Amino acid sequence: MNAFQQYFYDLAQEYPRWNFIYFYDPSQTERVIDGLGMTVQLSVICVICSVIIGVIGAWIQGAHSALARNLMQGYIQFFRNTPPLIQLMFFYFALGQFTPTYSPDGWLEVPIISNVGWAIISLSFFAGAFNVEIFRAGIEAVPESTREAAEALGMNRLQIYIYVVLPLAFRVSLPALNNNLVNLVKTTTQAIAIAVPELLYQMISIYNDYSTAQYACMLFMFIAYIVLVGILVFGMHRWERALKIPGYGT
Amino acid sequence: MTDTGWTPDQPLVSIRDVHKSFGELEVLKGVSLDVMKGEVICVIGPSGSGKSTLIRCVNALNPINSGSILVEGQEVNDPHLDKLELRKKVGMVFQQYNLFPHKTALENIMMAPLKVLKQPREEVEERSRALIKRVNLVGKENNYPGELSGGQQQRVAIARSLAMDPDVMLFDEVTAALDPETVNEVLLAIKDLAQRGMTCILVTHEMGFAREVADHIYFTDRGIIVEHGPPATFFSDAKDPRTKEFLSQIL
Ligand SMILES: Nc1ncnc2c1ncn2[C@@H]1O[C@H](COP(=O)(O)OP(=O)(O)O)[C@@H](O)[C@H]1O
Ligand SMILES: [Mg+2]
Repeated sequence: MNAFQQYFYDLAQEYPRWNFIYFYDPSQTERVIDGLGMTVQLSVICVICSVIIGVIGAWIQGAHSALARNLMQGYIQFFRNTPPLIQLMFFYFALGQFTPTYSPDGWLEVPIISNVGWAIISLSFFAGAFNVEIFRAGIEAVPESTREAAEALGMNRLQIYIYVVLPLAFRVSLPALNNNLVNLVKTTTQAIAIAVPELLYQMISIYNDYSTAQYACMLFMFIAYIVLVGILVFGMHRWERALKIPGYGT
Repeated sequence: MTDTGWTPDQPLVSIRDVHKSFGELEVLKGVSLDVMKGEVICVIGPSGSGKSTLIRCVNALNPINSGSILVEGQEVNDPHLDKLELRKKVGMVFQQYNLFPHKTALENIMMAPLKVLKQPREEVEERSRALIKRVNLVGKENNYPGELSGGQQQRVAIARSLAMDPDVMLFDEVTAALDPETVNEVLLAIKDLAQRGMTCILVTHEMGFAREVADHIYFTDRGIIVEHGPPATFFSDAKDPRTKEFLSQIL
């Protein structure tokens, strides 16, 4: 044991309530690192997918086809108005039954979409539904006259969206997007319901095995999420500043 | 490009008996006019008489209810209209400039040739820099619209439209939103364009300018063309009382 580990080991001996077991027991350290890794992975993938869903969804909301618009509206209503925890369980337990399986070792039957896969899908669609609405609000803030100027230059609807509307709408949407992505990162904890080994899952496993580690585990999780969300918010603010247009807006 | 059988001795823009309504409100009640290649025409008239609507119909920003608009023989009032073909021929400059605020002056000019015409970047940039020079904005290439005065923005807008190499330009009261001291620099840019033989349809309140550059002046009121003629006769012997009244107010 090095000095750091020794310190926390002694602390736990003296005050059993403060058992920071993950600081001195290497196999618990590994669990924490795995959990953090999974949480970061879930967060990053879901953030990216949900933004893509938002961009495409907002485009479909402006489509000529009433069917496409209504389908998009239905999707938003469903995912916005139902609890993400139930969505996760529905995707995994209900839809998961109907997905094909494969057998990597000729022995075990494994579904093509793992629980992690379902968590990514479900959480991305959940946050994506809010992102569609967020981008739509940004798009409505782009003046019709700017769009018209692009149209008069021969741009088609897609070109206007990609080169003119989206870049402007995106800047307007950033603060609201920021909030939603923070929420998304926090909501990844709910993937525990389908046994995704993210941070909460690992921490609960630790204090189930070592009940004196409960406080220490909770404390770690608060700090871990403050840091994770802090990094996200910092990044988003940097981005917001980088996208600022000289002489435009406030 | 579809062959329309159009030849340069025919009107470049031919507007015939155009009717246009917004819901119940009939804004154009049978407007006809012709513009020959290289001609500059000015449309004047009281506010709300349908001037903007008329020129917006020429590049299909507003669909018309009946009548015909031919641009180089291509029918604008055709459900199968190839809008891109039309807009390559017709450039438009707006009262409020409507530049892309997230792009620099140079990028504003380069965007459509790059994205719409898919021309090579080097060629587009060279042409765009030449246009910057032509509208007297050298040094402002890398400024964003928000960093430019109204007159400078409007000249960028003119250059942006010219970058598509149109055959006819539409100007909708392009100096109406400008500070008086910047009006002239924009008028100079348009005059230069007219002298180079660009076909222009101008909606304007600048009577002195109209008199100077126009080959023909049309006076509209409540959706019809009340009177028209070359500037020499139009201003001195207007016959219709509505024209006379308008001119007496504005001159
Ligand atoms: N998109 C529109 N929808 C409804 N009414 C419109 C629209 N555009 C213009 N109008 C109406 O049409 C009339 C003519 O407008 P406009 O062509 O802008 O006149 P002008 O340019 O001569 O001032 C006005 O009464 C105006 O309110
Ligand atoms: Mg007008």
